[in-house]
Amino acid sequence: MDAEEIRRNFPALGRQVYGRQLVYFDNAATAQRPRSVIDEWTRITEQCNANIHRAVHLMSEEATAAYEAAREAVRKFINAGSREEIVFTSGTTASINLVAFSFGEAFVSEGDEVIVTECEHHSDIVPWQMMCQRKGAVLKVLKVDDSGHLMINSLDGLITDRTKIMAVTHISNVLGLVNPVKEIVKKCHGKGVPVLVDGAQGIVHLKVDVQELDCDFYAFSGHKIYAAPGTGVLYGKKEWLDRMPPYMGGGEMVGTVRFSGTTYAPLPLKFEAGTQNFAGAATLKPALEFAASIMDDAEIVRSFDAVRDYLLDTLLADSRIRLYGVPENAGEKIPLFSFSMDGVHHEDLALILDKMGIAVRSGQMCAEPLMDRFGVTGMLRVSLAPYNTMQESEYFVKCLDKAAGMLS
Amino acid sequence: MFDEWLDKYEYLIELGKNLGDYPEDRKTEDRLIKGCQSRVWLDYRMEDGKIVFSADSDAIITKGIISLLIKIYSGRRPDEIVSSDFSVVDRIGLKENLSPTRANGLVSMIAKIKEVAAENL
Repeated sequence: MDAEEIRRNFPALGRQVYGRQLVYFDNAATAQRPRSVIDEWTRITEQCNANIHRAVHLMSEEATAAYEAAREAVRKFINAGSREEIVFTSGTTASINLVAFSFGEAFVSEGDEVIVTECEHHSDIVPWQMMCQRKGAVLKVLKVDDSGHLMINSLDGLITDRTKIMAVTHISNVLGLVNPVKEIVKKCHGKGVPVLVDGAQGIVHLKVDVQELDCDFYAFSGHKIYAAPGTGVLYGKKEWLDRMPPYMGGGEMVGTVRFSGTTYAPLPLKFEAGTQNFAGAATLKPALEFAASIMDDAEIVRSFDAVRDYLLDTLLADSRIRLYGVPENAGEKIPLFSFSMDGVHHEDLALILDKMGIAVRSGQMCAEPLMDRFGVTGMLRVSLAPYNTMQESEYFVKCLDKAAGMLS
Repeated sequence: MFDEWLDKYEYLIELGKNLGDYPEDRKTEDRLIKGCQSRVWLDYRMEDGKIVFSADSDAIITKGIISLLIKIYSGRRPDEIVSSDFSVVDRIGLKENLSPTRANGLVSMIAKIKEVAAENL
């Protein structure tokens, strides 16, 4: 397969904007959906639209089967030990909020500590802040250096006997560098501290094996990896999930309900209160199958790496550009580039690029602490998916130069 | 189609570049217009019962847009501004030039101009 063959599976990529062929470079915000995902959503909605896990009629059984098949696809994709460890949520944010709340209720008390890093997006900061406020706990921050690398050597000094959990992103949505998550898990486990990994970007670009990483929780969204929006996953080790109270109550998350008291359903349903987004969740199966087929295709991986290398080299060589997240070797960088350009505002660049047909992101990228760290009010970000081509990248570089010329 | 956009933006960029100096010490939190992706400051003084606006932004296209609004509304009496339906903004095609985020910025700019006028009625 090559990028052109992949593109044919994505209807949205064929569209025009302002009379030009769309160049979609905002994949870190959300990916486009392949035909197989759209078809599965349509199939569930047209053929088996019935609530899952409760009725005995055929449509409900079919919808339940599709939902549970997606759970198995997720389990396999991240190599989790059992389906009980795969909880469906509405996205990364919901997954992290679930852990921050339920883990906090069970294990965090006044004076305890939680560690996050400076390169987290708001979804992996605010839930922990809220939990710390509720519990009277303290939030500590592992910093990044000027190149965007986590200052891993200072981690040992941050962990104390009051540290209850650490949260770290697998890959920052601003810096695009693969964090040494396995090493962090090892350090934390050495002191009895569990680790949540925010995999919103990581799941898209890396082959994730939760057993090999040995992380305690892994959170990601469906929509960034080609599935329907409003879908997400929380992987949690059974030993933790079993000991955490439910996040929300209601629906099929119960064992028995009496006014005198309620017992809860076994995992994973304990954490899936209310009617689930079953049509959306079912699309995780074709989405992850698609993602796996791309990750396993050496030809695609090679040409996609070449696109990344071209953009990395070009941006680094341009003296007007300051790139945030400079890798020591290309292999630790995903094709995601956030940068500033001398004397030119990121928003102006994004507006003009949009009119040239190129969709990019500008602003704070839901990561204000990182903007403060680098002393900027925002950045311009281009983030690619395997359906993006070398030709598109060359066009982007040309347009960026033209836009900068107009503005300075 | 693109060339049309390019022309419009080049005009806004030109307007932005030609907007008069805005003192650094007036770039304060209370003069900042909320709801724009870039930072926009709006200041004013009263002259013979008329409002004279000045503004700045760290993004040049936004600066062009606020410059255009100032061209229209500066030097008018507060009651004139308050009673204006701001349809001129639609007529010159500003709104459709802007994505929703940006349109929000425009709406915020207009709201701020109206607010200043209402305070000085």
